[in-house]
Amino acid sequence: MALYSEKVMDHFRNPRNVGVIENADGIGEVGNAKCGDIMKMYLKIDDDCISDVKFETFGCGSAIASSSMATELIKGRPVREAMQLTNKAVAEALDGLPDYKMHCSVLAEEAIRSALEDYYRKNPEKRPEA
Amino acid sequence: MMIYADNAATTKMSRAAIDAMLPCMERDFGNPSSLYSIGQRAKELLEQARADVAAVIGAAPREILFTSGGSEADNQALRSAAELGRRSGKTHIISTAFEHHAVLHTLKRLEKEGFEVTLLDVHEDGLVRPEELQAALREDTCLVTVMFANNEIGTVQPIRELGAICRAHGVLFHTDAVQAMGHLPIDVQADNIDLLSASAHKFHGPKGVGFLYARKGVPLTNLIEGGAQERGRRAGTENVPAIVGMAAALKESAANMQANAERMTKLRDRLIRGIGEIPHAALNGDAARRLPGNVNFCFEGIEGESLLLLLDDRGISASSGSACTSGSLDPSHVLLAIGRVHDVAHGSLRLSIGEDTTEEEADYIIQNVKEAVEYLRSFSPVWRDLMSGKSSFIL
Repeated sequence: MALYSEKVMDHFRNPRNVGVIENADGIGEVGNAKCGDIMKMYLKIDDDCISDVKFETFGCGSAIASSSMATELIKGRPVREAMQLTNKAVAEALDGLPDYKMHCSVLAEEAIRSALEDYYRKNPEKRPEA
Repeated sequence: MMIYADNAATTKMSRAAIDAMLPCMERDFGNPSSLYSIGQRAKELLEQARADVAAVIGAAPREILFTSGGSEADNQALRSAAELGRRSGKTHIISTAFEHHAVLHTLKRLEKEGFEVTLLDVHEDGLVRPEELQAALREDTCLVTVMFANNEIGTVQPIRELGAICRAHGVLFHTDAVQAMGHLPIDVQADNIDLLSASAHKFHGPKGVGFLYARKGVPLTNLIEGGAQERGRRAGTENVPAIVGMAAALKESAANMQANAERMTKLRDRLIRGIGEIPHAALNGDAARRLPGNVNFCFEGIEGESLLLLLDDRGISASSGSACTSGSLDPSHVLLAIGRVHDVAHGSLRLSIGEDTTEEEADYIIQNVKEAVEYLRSFSPVWRDLMSGKSSFIL
């Protein structure tokens, strides 16, 4: 049995939405180099939709694949949907991750949430009512 | 191209080992403890293997105990020395911070049982200083255990000098020679070794078998109780095919050792030069005092597991000290012991080439490591911060 699913390997080998968005509307960075994983997400938001998303990741294969899959799941979606992205959804979309790699999907969820928080900080009027 | 560059993890079995093993399974399958001829034939093969192994390291056959591998040999060596020490009120053990876990975890257990352990510094070059061993010795030291060559960074310790210091103080000296056996000349007499562990699958023998050398007069404590096999020091019917395969592999490795070492050292240095051209990369461990087949680098701004996956896609099997490859949160204790910080220890790569690795393969590895590191850095936020000056380079 392979370490990772074909889906994980596909997203690792051909990561989607890699790179940087200049003048992004929201930027989130989570993780730390000491633990071996850092994810950085850049969001472009138009009309309350994620019009573009890019990522940069320092990390293992599943961290790269999780970042890539997370960007795919939110690209073109309304911000409120993106806010609800869960690590479970990321892991499921990847056809599963080994147990000890689940934290990679958690990082992806946190990176997106952190980028959205950044967007709300800059645009408080957009923040939905609690 | 398929290149196996993880010979420190395990090796392909040699033809000689396989050929020696087959008759033990098909024809001479008897139990060495049985008195009839088919059993006695197995006994002869077993004892011939013992003599062969002993001859390679300058030991007497009676001083060789067959085990299930290096870990068992390490466990038994440490337990035995500790037991001897305890009986005479000596409960201090000296080792190093970058030993194999078979040693470190046994030491942890012994600490819980009341032993005190001093770990010697292995410095940035991955080498123990004999004068520091000298200084660490105490009246109540019962054992010094220092590996012959490190499994990750390949540094070769000054075993003969360390052994001489121990002998002068009447302290038992054990060495985990799992990585060195079959690759470096070892003479237990000249090297002043009392106890030594080895594992067959690191020198083209089968897995699940190894041996413990215990100098005559060093009593061993059993880990496995039962029958009277191995002169009562290790119960259980001997794995004759594996033992015979191990002896055949070791004999062959020893016979070709010098020629192999010369060739592999050249290739190793070619790899070190080539990979060393990558910016912000650093060799781990001393460049010269290392195993002929070991290359180990840290690369700044990338993580090791993703590097291994990319190399695997290109047919190269290698290893890393990254936390992600171990299932734990911490990177290799060996890299931390030589002073690499977590951030760069995660970005390590170990290549351990074999006797049959070619120059062409070495160049292919260099090219692919360069490309893979560059690619991973191209979307690494850590690398971006380093390049933009937001954080500073360590390597």
